[in-house]
Amino acid sequence: MLRIDRATYDAIVAHAREDHPDEACGVVAGPEGTERPERFVPMLNAARSPTFYEFDSADLLRLYRDMDDRDEWPVVVYHSHTATEAYPSRTDVGYASGPAADPRTHYVLVSTRHHEKQTGLAGDDVEFRSFRIVDGEVNEEEVEIVESYLFGHSPTTVVYD
Amino acid sequence: MAIEVRIPTILRTHTGGNKTVQGTGATLSALIDDLDAQHSGLKSRLVTEEGKLHRFVNVYVNDEDVRFTGALDTPLKDGDSVTVLPAVAGGC
Repeated sequence: MLRIDRATYDAIVAHAREDHPDEACGVVAGPEGTERPERFVPMLNAARSPTFYEFDSADLLRLYRDMDDRDEWPVVVYHSHTATEAYPSRTDVGYASGPAADPRTHYVLVSTRHHEKQTGLAGDDVEFRSFRIVDGEVNEEEVEIVESYLFGHSPTTVVYD
Repeated sequence: MAIEVRIPTILRTHTGGNKTVQGTGATLSALIDDLDAQHSGLKSRLVTEEGKLHRFVNVYVNDEDVRFTGALDTPLKDGDSVTVLPAVAGGC
Protein backbone atom coordinates (compact mmCIF):
# COMPACT_ATOMS: atom_id res chain seq x y z
CA MET A 1 0.00 0.00 0.00
CA LEU A 2 1.10 3.54 -0.69
CA ARG A 3 0.34 6.02 2.06
CA ILE A 4 0.73 9.58 0.83
CA ASP A 5 -0.21 12.91 2.32
CA ARG A 6 -2.81 15.15 0.72
CA ALA A 7 -0.41 18.00 -0.13
CA THR A 8 1.97 15.69 -1.99
CA TYR A 9 -0.91 13.96 -3.80
CA ASP A 10 -2.23 17.35 -4.91
CA ALA A 11 1.23 18.49 -6.00
CA ILE A 12 1.66 15.42 -8.24
CA VAL A 13 -1.77 15.93 -9.82
CA ALA A 14 -1.10 19.65 -10.31
CA HIS A 15 2.24 18.91 -12.00
CA ALA A 16 0.55 16.43 -14.35
CA ARG A 17 -2.17 18.94 -15.26
CA GLU A 18 0.35 21.69 -15.79
CA ASP A 19 2.56 19.72 -18.19
CA HIS A 20 -0.34 18.22 -20.15
CA PRO A 21 -0.21 17.26 -23.05
CA ASP A 22 3.42 16.33 -22.30
CA GLU A 23 4.15 13.69 -19.69
CA ALA A 24 5.17 15.03 -16.28
CA CYS A 25 7.56 13.16 -13.99
CA GLY A 26 9.29 13.36 -10.65
CA VAL A 27 9.96 11.62 -7.37
CA VAL A 28 8.88 11.87 -3.78
CA ALA A 29 11.86 11.21 -1.55
CA GLY A 30 11.65 9.84 1.95
CA PRO A 31 13.99 8.88 4.76
CA GLU A 32 16.03 5.76 3.88
CA GLY A 33 14.55 2.70 5.51
CA THR A 34 11.02 4.15 5.64
CA GLU A 35 8.04 4.04 3.28
CA ARG A 36 7.20 7.71 3.83
CA PRO A 37 7.09 9.85 0.68
CA GLU A 38 7.83 13.24 2.23
CA ARG A 39 9.79 15.47 -0.11
CA PHE A 40 8.14 16.25 -3.45
CA VAL A 41 10.71 16.72 -6.23
CA PRO A 42 9.21 17.53 -9.64
CA MET A 43 11.65 16.74 -12.44
CA LEU A 44 11.94 18.05 -15.95
CA ASN A 45 10.85 15.61 -18.63
CA ALA A 46 13.97 15.77 -20.79
CA ALA A 47 12.03 14.14 -23.63
CA ARG A 48 9.32 16.87 -23.51
CA SER A 49 6.99 14.40 -25.12
CA PRO A 50 3.34 13.34 -24.84
CA THR A 51 4.39 9.69 -25.14
CA PHE A 52 7.72 9.43 -23.34
CA TYR A 53 9.39 10.72 -20.21
CA GLU A 54 12.98 10.68 -19.14
CA PHE A 55 14.94 12.27 -16.33
CA ASP A 56 17.83 14.19 -17.81
CA SER A 57 20.98 12.24 -16.90
CA ALA A 58 22.68 15.24 -15.23
CA ASP A 59 19.49 16.01 -13.27
CA LEU A 60 19.31 12.35 -12.21
CA LEU A 61 22.85 12.47 -10.85
CA ARG A 62 22.12 15.70 -8.93
CA LEU A 63 18.91 14.22 -7.54
CA TYR A 64 20.64 11.10 -6.24
CA ARG A 65 23.53 13.13 -4.76
CA ASP A 66 21.01 15.31 -2.99
CA MET A 67 19.04 12.35 -1.65
CA ASP A 68 22.27 10.71 -0.57
CA ASP A 69 23.27 13.81 1.40
CA ARG A 70 19.89 13.81 3.13
CA ASP A 71 19.91 10.05 3.71
CA GLU A 72 16.83 9.62 1.52
CA TRP A 73 15.64 7.28 -1.19
CA PRO A 74 13.02 7.79 -3.93
CA VAL A 75 9.98 6.20 -2.27
CA VAL A 76 7.74 7.26 -5.17
CA VAL A 77 8.62 7.70 -8.82
CA TYR A 78 5.70 9.29 -10.62
CA HIS A 79 4.82 10.16 -14.17
CA SER A 80 1.73 10.99 -16.15
CA HIS A 81 0.08 9.45 -19.16
CA THR A 82 -1.74 12.09 -21.11
CA ALA A 83 -3.82 10.08 -23.57
CA THR A 84 -3.97 6.61 -22.02
CA GLU A 85 -4.95 5.06 -18.70
CA ALA A 86 -2.89 5.33 -15.53
CA TYR A 87 -1.32 1.90 -15.96
CA PRO A 88 2.37 1.10 -16.58
CA SER A 89 3.23 0.70 -20.25
CA ARG A 90 5.64 -1.88 -21.57
CA THR A 91 8.37 0.78 -21.61
CA ASP A 92 7.58 1.75 -18.02
CA VAL A 93 7.85 -1.88 -16.95
CA GLY A 94 11.14 -2.27 -18.82
CA TYR A 95 12.80 0.63 -17.02
CA ALA A 96 11.26 -0.27 -13.66
CA SER A 97 12.64 -3.80 -14.04
CA GLY A 98 16.11 -2.58 -15.01
CA PRO A 99 19.11 -4.16 -13.27
CA ALA A 100 19.72 -1.15 -11.00
CA ALA A 101 16.07 -0.22 -10.32
CA ASP A 102 15.01 -0.42 -6.69
CA PRO A 103 12.19 -2.98 -6.25
CA ARG A 104 10.94 -1.10 -3.19
CA THR A 105 9.84 1.82 -5.39
CA HIS A 106 6.18 2.79 -5.60
CA TYR A 107 5.46 3.74 -9.21
CA VAL A 108 2.67 6.29 -9.31
CA LEU A 109 0.85 6.73 -12.60
CA VAL A 110 -1.41 9.70 -13.18
CA SER A 111 -3.61 10.03 -16.23
CA THR A 112 -4.73 13.42 -17.46
CA ARG A 113 -6.60 11.99 -20.47
CA HIS A 114 -9.91 13.28 -19.08
CA HIS A 115 -8.69 16.23 -17.15
CA GLU A 116 -10.63 19.41 -17.05
CA LYS A 117 -8.62 21.50 -19.48
CA GLN A 118 -8.85 18.87 -22.15
CA THR A 119 -12.53 18.01 -21.87
CA GLY A 120 -13.83 21.36 -20.74
CA LEU A 121 -15.77 19.57 -17.99
CA ALA A 122 -15.41 20.85 -14.49
CA GLY A 123 -14.80 18.42 -11.67
CA ASP A 124 -13.10 15.75 -13.74
CA ASP A 125 -10.84 13.57 -11.70
CA VAL A 126 -7.29 12.88 -12.69
CA GLU A 127 -6.65 9.14 -12.32
CA PHE A 128 -4.04 8.41 -9.65
CA ARG A 129 -2.82 4.83 -9.20
CA SER A 130 0.20 3.16 -7.65
CA PHE A 131 2.10 0.02 -8.62
CA ARG A 132 4.99 -2.16 -7.57
CA ILE A 133 6.96 -3.37 -10.56
CA VAL A 134 9.43 -6.18 -9.96
CA ASP A 135 11.11 -8.28 -12.66
CA GLY A 136 8.50 -7.37 -15.25
CA GLU A 137 5.56 -8.12 -13.01
CA VAL A 138 3.09 -5.32 -12.27
CA ASN A 139 1.05 -5.29 -9.08
CA GLU A 140 -1.37 -2.50 -8.34
CA GLU A 141 -1.52 -1.39 -4.72
CA GLU A 142 -3.98 0.58 -2.67
CA VAL A 143 -3.41 4.32 -2.25
CA GLU A 144 -4.30 5.81 1.11
CA ILE A 145 -4.34 9.58 1.33
CA VAL A 146 -3.64 10.95 4.78
CA GLU A 147 -4.01 14.58 5.78
CA SER A 148 -0.51 14.56 7.25
CA TYR A 149 1.99 12.04 8.54
CA LEU A 150 1.64 13.36 12.03
CA PHE A 151 -1.84 11.89 12.35
CA GLY A 152 -1.40 9.34 9.58
CA HIS A 153 -1.99 6.26 11.67
CA SER A 154 -5.55 6.99 12.71
CA PRO A 155 -6.65 10.29 11.18
CA THR A 156 -10.27 9.95 12.25
CA THR A 157 -9.63 9.12 15.87
CA VAL A 158 -7.27 11.88 16.88
CA VAL A 159 -8.55 13.60 19.99
CA TYR A 160 -7.49 17.20 20.45
CA ASP A 161 -7.55 18.43 24.01
CA MET B 1 45.53 2.88 -9.54
CA ALA B 2 42.29 3.18 -7.59
CA ILE B 3 38.94 4.37 -8.79
CA GLU B 4 36.04 4.87 -6.43
CA VAL B 5 32.72 3.47 -7.59
CA ARG B 6 29.35 4.35 -6.08
CA ILE B 7 26.90 1.49 -6.18
CA PRO B 8 23.08 1.91 -6.21
CA THR B 9 21.13 0.31 -3.35
CA ILE B 10 19.85 -2.73 -5.21
CA LEU B 11 23.32 -3.71 -6.49
CA ARG B 12 24.84 -3.59 -3.01
CA THR B 13 23.83 -7.23 -2.62
CA HIS B 14 26.92 -7.85 -4.75
CA THR B 15 29.19 -5.65 -2.64
CA GLY B 16 28.40 -6.91 0.83
CA GLY B 17 26.16 -3.91 1.41
CA ASN B 18 28.91 -1.40 0.61
CA LYS B 19 27.86 1.88 -0.93
CA THR B 20 31.25 2.50 -2.49
CA VAL B 21 33.88 0.08 -3.73
CA GLN B 22 37.34 0.50 -5.23
CA GLY B 23 38.52 -0.86 -8.52
CA THR B 24 41.15 -0.45 -11.20
CA GLY B 25 41.17 -0.27 -14.97
CA ALA B 26 42.28 1.95 -17.83
CA THR B 27 38.78 1.97 -19.30
CA LEU B 28 35.28 1.58 -17.90
CA SER B 29 35.15 -1.87 -19.45
CA ALA B 30 38.34 -2.94 -17.63
CA LEU B 31 37.08 -1.43 -14.39
CA ILE B 32 33.85 -3.42 -14.62
CA ASP B 33 35.84 -6.62 -15.22
CA ASP B 34 37.95 -5.85 -12.16
CA LEU B 35 34.86 -5.13 -10.07
CA ASP B 36 33.23 -8.34 -11.22
CA ALA B 37 36.29 -10.31 -10.11
CA GLN B 38 35.88 -8.82 -6.63
CA HIS B 39 32.08 -8.74 -6.54
CA SER B 40 30.74 -11.63 -8.54
CA GLY B 41 27.68 -10.91 -10.66
CA LEU B 42 28.11 -7.17 -10.86
CA LYS B 43 29.11 -7.14 -14.52
CA SER B 44 25.96 -8.92 -15.69
CA ARG B 45 23.90 -6.20 -14.06
CA LEU B 46 25.70 -3.44 -15.95
CA VAL B 47 26.63 -4.95 -19.29
CA THR B 48 24.33 -6.85 -21.67
CA GLU B 49 25.14 -10.21 -23.24
CA GLU B 50 26.00 -8.31 -26.43
CA GLY B 51 28.70 -6.50 -24.49
CA LYS B 52 26.99 -3.11 -24.36
CA LEU B 53 26.21 -0.97 -21.37
CA HIS B 54 22.70 -1.78 -20.17
CA ARG B 55 20.32 0.91 -21.39
CA PHE B 56 18.37 0.97 -18.12
CA VAL B 57 21.53 1.91 -16.22
CA ASN B 58 23.33 5.26 -16.14
CA VAL B 59 27.07 5.36 -15.49
CA TYR B 60 28.95 8.58 -14.80
CA VAL B 61 32.67 9.25 -14.70
CA ASN B 62 33.33 12.41 -12.69
CA ASP B 63 29.73 13.61 -13.24
CA GLU B 64 29.87 12.96 -16.98
CA ASP B 65 27.38 10.47 -18.43
CA VAL B 66 29.54 7.88 -20.22
CA ARG B 67 27.05 7.74 -23.11
CA PHE B 68 28.70 10.98 -24.21
CA THR B 69 32.29 9.93 -23.53
CA GLY B 70 32.65 6.58 -25.27
CA ALA B 71 30.48 4.29 -23.14
CA LEU B 72 32.46 1.21 -22.05
CA ASP B 73 35.57 2.57 -23.82
CA THR B 74 35.60 5.69 -21.64
CA PRO B 75 39.18 6.11 -20.43
CA LEU B 76 39.80 6.18 -16.68
CA LYS B 77 42.65 7.41 -14.55
CA ASP B 78 43.68 7.14 -10.95
CA GLY B 79 41.43 9.12 -8.66
CA ASP B 80 38.43 9.14 -11.01
CA SER B 81 35.04 8.70 -9.45
CA VAL B 82 32.41 6.48 -11.05
CA THR B 83 28.70 6.53 -10.17
CA VAL B 84 26.13 3.92 -11.22
CA LEU B 85 22.42 4.82 -11.13
CA PRO B 86 19.17 3.34 -12.41
CA ALA B 87 17.91 5.26 -15.46
CA VAL B 88 14.47 6.72 -14.85
CA ALA B 89 12.29 6.85 -17.94
CA GLY B 90 9.19 5.38 -19.53
CA GLY B 91 6.31 6.23 -21.78
CA CYS B 92 2.73 5.47 -22.55
